[in-house]
Amino acid sequence: MGVEQKLGNMGVVTTTLEDVVNWSRTNAMWPMLFGLACCAIEMMAAQASSYDMSRFGMELMRASPRQSDLMIVAGRVSKKMGPVLRRLYDQMPEPKWVIAMGDCASCGGVFNNYAIYQGVDEIVPVDVFVAGCPPRPEALIHGVLTLHEKVKADRFIANAADKK
Amino acid sequence: MGVFDPIIELTKGLGETLRSFLMEPTVTVSYPEEKRPVRPRFRGRHVLKRYDNGLEKCIGCSLCAAACPADAIFVEASENTDEKRFSPGERYASTYEINMLRCIYCGFCEDACPTEAIVLGDNYELSFLNRRDAIYSKDMLLEPVSSENMLTPRKVEAGVFTRSVPEMQNPTD
Repeated sequence: MGVEQKLGNMGVVTTTLEDVVNWSRTNAMWPMLFGLACCAIEMMAAQASSYDMSRFGMELMRASPRQSDLMIVAGRVSKKMGPVLRRLYDQMPEPKWVIAMGDCASCGGVFNNYAIYQGVDEIVPVDVFVAGCPPRPEALIHGVLTLHEKVKADRFIANAADKK
Repeated sequence: MGVFDPIIELTKGLGETLRSFLMEPTVTVSYPEEKRPVRPRFRGRHVLKRYDNGLEKCIGCSLCAAACPADAIFVEASENTDEKRFSPGERYASTYEINMLRCIYCGFCEDACPTEAIVLGDNYELSFLNRRDAIYSKDMLLEPVSSENMLTPRKVEAGVFTRSVPEMQNPTD
């Protein structure tokens, strides 16, 4: 994706650089507007003043995938919506993350039928699953914080050097 | 309209912003540090309850699994003996698993339970890095015990715990 291909693994220098990059990634992670069902209401509540996700640098729900880093799939994904979701994911610039918010996005939930994807990890790679039907705004924020922990532990330079 | 009119209007508007910033109470709950208490009837993560003597209330009848609209619960029952007793009566749940990502927290399991063993608690902080972690087993769901001698399984006197469903004091309850 850039710096990690150029630098390779340089020990403490790259580890510190990774920490700085990961810190900046966690503190300005713009989510994409992708409300599909009732979970979107709780997502809106998480953005509103009583929970206020802008405390984590997430105040802007970008309407365009090209400006966003995080896709919060809020709601059930029907078989017809699947290709749209995949296309929007492909249009997001790297690095990108996905939160499957709620039961339906995570594994189909109560909709165990032919029309709904049994989890969006059938079509996009999911980083964090948030349980709840729908999850409370706090639960979504907990999921975001879990994702932050995951991003902070991401040793991407070392991983890219290993791949080479 | 004078030259300064836009500046006056701007000052008025910013004054309102300043007033609300200084005078109005903050409504934001800074979540990870400060948690808003849940309502009394809130339905969160399940807890498997115990009787006061430490025996498990769950008797492995699978009525919760039958009532579950999302098929999130899996129960497997085994026989109790007086040497190794988990719950009163004949059977206990040897496997009790709930998939937290399937569960829709409707509370039907709570309603179906004849011994009031399963109760939906107030924990809502459920996020997982993979789906395998979302399956909660019996030891994760079961209420912790206060002392060592209340642990299950344990050896009990024969013929004491024969009823699996407790006798009701008042049938209208």
